[in-house]
Amino acid sequence: MNEKHKQYWKTNLRLMGILLVIWFIVSYGCGILFRDALDNIKIGGFGLGFWFAQQGSIYVFVVLIFYYVKRMNKIDHQFGVDE
Amino acid sequence: MDIQVWTFIIVGITFAIYIGIAIWSRAGSTKEFYVAGGGVPPLANGLATAADWMSAASFLGMAGLISFMGYDGSVFLMGWTGGYVLLALLLAPYLRKFGKFTVPDFIGDRYYSNVARTVAILAALFVSFTYVAGQMRGVGVVFARFLEVDVDTGVYIGMAIVFIYATLGGMKGITYTQVAQYCILIFAFMVPAFFISMQLTGNPLPQIGMGGKGEDGMYLLDKINQLHTDLGFKEYTASSKSMTDVLFITAALMVGTAGLPHVIVRFFTVPKVRDARKSAGWALLFIAILYTTAPAIAVFAKTNLLSTVNNKPAEELPAWVGNWQETGLLSWEDHNEDGVVQYYNDKNPEYVANVADPAGLKGNELTIDRDIMVLANPEIAGLPNWVIALVAAGGLAAALSTAAGLLLVISTSVSHDLIKKQIAPNISDKGELLWARVAAVAAVVVAGYFGINPPGFVASVVALAFGLAAASFFPAIILGIFNKRMNKEGAIAGMVGGLLITCYYIARFKLHWIGDPETSGADHWWFGISPEGFGTIGMFVNFAIALTVSRFTPAPPQQVQDMVEDIRIPKGAGAAQEH
Repeated sequence: MNEKHKQYWKTNLRLMGILLVIWFIVSYGCGILFRDALDNIKIGGFGLGFWFAQQGSIYVFVVLIFYYVKRMNKIDHQFGVDE
Repeated sequence: MDIQVWTFIIVGITFAIYIGIAIWSRAGSTKEFYVAGGGVPPLANGLATAADWMSAASFLGMAGLISFMGYDGSVFLMGWTGGYVLLALLLAPYLRKFGKFTVPDFIGDRYYSNVARTVAILAALFVSFTYVAGQMRGVGVVFARFLEVDVDTGVYIGMAIVFIYATLGGMKGITYTQVAQYCILIFAFMVPAFFISMQLTGNPLPQIGMGGKGEDGMYLLDKINQLHTDLGFKEYTASSKSMTDVLFITAALMVGTAGLPHVIVRFFTVPKVRDARKSAGWALLFIAILYTTAPAIAVFAKTNLLSTVNNKPAEELPAWVGNWQETGLLSWEDHNEDGVVQYYNDKNPEYVANVADPAGLKGNELTIDRDIMVLANPEIAGLPNWVIALVAAGGLAAALSTAAGLLLVISTSVSHDLIKKQIAPNISDKGELLWARVAAVAAVVVAGYFGINPPGFVASVVALAFGLAAASFFPAIILGIFNKRMNKEGAIAGMVGGLLITCYYIARFKLHWIGDPETSGADHWWFGISPEGFGTIGMFVNFAIALTVSRFTPAPPQQVQDMVEDIRIPKGAGAAQEH
């Protein structure tokens, strides 16, 4: 693997890591672990923790993937490994 | 027009569309049969993946399951969608760059071993058959209610339809049928949801209506909580599982989703790596439309059910109760012979002693199969007949699309991974294609058998397939991409270990096939983890064994290490598939 490819892989892994941390926080964090505390905050009829568990985390997942797609296309281009 | 006529018309039209597409897109080569020629645009692949993924369990089972589980149903919502983040980030782009036909292909080549390939084939067959049984059952249930045949006949009809387009079109036929099926199933799911949300909350968007207020000015979620506690159930928004169990089940479903062979194989069908990433995004977006509506439908259906049926004299019951009674999926027994339907939690001793007994109740009188909640929903809300027929067509679309995707994985595993790669490497393209079709026919028959003799509830059977996928494929693929040092000894030992321990746990605590039934209850679960969540432990065991064994055995050959480096770089994916 040449230096450029190593750099590319490292950049990819860093982006992946950050997004997976967010993925973990919204689902396991907001939806399960800290759910009771968040339920004290009400939005309409929803407790916030319940909302994250049943809807909110799904919205965040969609945004995460499309953000990843956009960033990776840019990074691929930067390192000249795109098609 | 009555429901029956509408059903024949709408279901007839949709079936004509599917079969038309299958004939139009007949597969001529193995590449077309296995990966639709590798030229599916990302948007179409996203639609197809969504239909492939959303099964009878998602369409028919999930909202019903959630309406009876309340907050605990979140494990399915987060688990089955969160897995797509893993797919998009960790698997899809690299598998696409690898660019072959199947998951066992990747495992066999990456671990330079036909033993690894065979373990992967066995796991793929095991997962797919477990999963497809639930689909065929779902088809049977829909036909039973709407064509007024028995469930078994319904399964036979479903087998005939899948047979036509899975053997004729292969992946190419299935892909474009699935695009049509997504459109039909999502339309069918959303129309009643809009209507009912409007009726109950005045807001047509179910996602928002779920948090809205009903006519009485009370928030719907508060009202359902109250209805629940009044009848001796736990609050709808409260959890009855331990936090540990919720965590493990969610994780098992997420990781299992990312390891399901029929979903992964869809990412082999797009032209480039960037298309694989993008189509994962589209797939999740299309899935999210249904998955954020399902919890709303669950709340609407349960509220409607509790307020229209409970404490009603038999002669005032709405007509849909009678319709569903005929199918045997809903039953009412008048235990205290007062002619009034009483629905309550007779497993709550406190409630029975304080409320039910003094009122002269002799046990819960209403038994509802959770799988009918979505199908019965439009009738419960009194929607027009064509909407009810539409939901039937949607349920069939969901079940058939997933069944077809799974049958393709099964037939590919046999013709490509077993025959072409191991038994008869010199077989011609035509011969391989013939084998693929023969295997598809055999798979349809086996799937039909399981549909007629189902191993359990539609949704819970599917949950087990996830545990097995989580314990076998996911770690092997992840390590294959992210750990260059991972060798065949480690991967094989890991997959076998993960599968064995998960199978053991499920056989012992879920199916009660082995061990003393006395010690198979929830009190004896390891660390309080239910069989549905055990795939997460299976995954950890797989990782641990694989990493340990690989340290004491030789590193993989140089060409394999080069291959791992190669799949990390997107460039050249188009060429990689021309082999």
